[in-house]
Amino acid sequence: MYESIAFYVFAISTTILFLITVMSKNVLYAMTALAAGMVMISGFFFLLGADFLGVVQLVVYVGAVMALYAFGMMFFDATKDIKEKHQNPALVFLLGGLMALVFVVMFSAPIIGDNIKAFYPVIEGVGNAQAVGMVLFTKYLVPFEVAGLLLLVAMIAGIILAGKKMDYSLTESEAADEEMKIEPNSIEIQKGDA
Amino acid sequence: MLEIGVNHYLILSGLLFSIGFMGVLRRKNLLMLFFATEVMLNAVNIAFAAIGNYYGDLSGQMFAFFVIAVAASEVAVGLGLLILLYKKYGSLDLDVISSMKG
Repeated sequence: MYESIAFYVFAISTTILFLITVMSKNVLYAMTALAAGMVMISGFFFLLGADFLGVVQLVVYVGAVMALYAFGMMFFDATKDIKEKHQNPALVFLLGGLMALVFVVMFSAPIIGDNIKAFYPVIEGVGNAQAVGMVLFTKYLVPFEVAGLLLLVAMIAGIILAGKKMDYSLTESEAADEEMKIEPNSIEIQKGDA
Repeated sequence: MLEIGVNHYLILSGLLFSIGFMGVLRRKNLLMLFFATEVMLNAVNIAFAAIGNYYGDLSGQMFAFFVIAVAASEVAVGLGLLILLYKKYGSLDLDVISSMKG
């Protein structure tokens, strides 16, 4: 009873929040709705008994990824509304609806598959975090290490891509940029005068 | 209706995935496009967790972990590229930054 109430509350709130994310014109609204929707999604993981996954969802997605987006947005002008030119909105909704149908059929295909056995069954008598650790560090050790390497590569790539010319303002007006460019020369001239 | 099974989760996951897909189709701003892909990744994670729970298997949760790890690195690299694009073109609109004709 409580599970179904929780499911419907989470389902309706995630759907509405993600619709806001997809439809909103304002970047800040979209990002806030996305963060809230991710908090609600972690609720599904707790309902499904995947406690550790829910905590990881909260920490990584809501904590790290959304903070990264927030920091990234400081480089862009987030206050003004985004103007998007839509050439054929009806076609987009038609395609989206058709894809919705296809995805619902595709994702619900495991319902009719009945001869599937658990490959790594849930270990009895231990908590979810412990069971996850036992499987992750034995059966999935190599993908785990590869994921760690992937994160290292992504960190280096992020630093190199975003770190160049960090002292150079992106959103200031052109005049301010020109001033910044002229400044070294004027200092040299002053030195020459002295 | 009141008994929540795997079907509910899978249908919800498909619904959220198509919301994200619709966003990918209609968005012209690159940052908003990233948000839509995040929605899609989260929808798939729900399906993984639900199927793993249904079969009593931990592999579903494992794949959800790896999806989260890949999504985090994707965001790091993608935001770096977005900043570079914004430095170059002064905009994140796909109509502005597209350089190929046709």
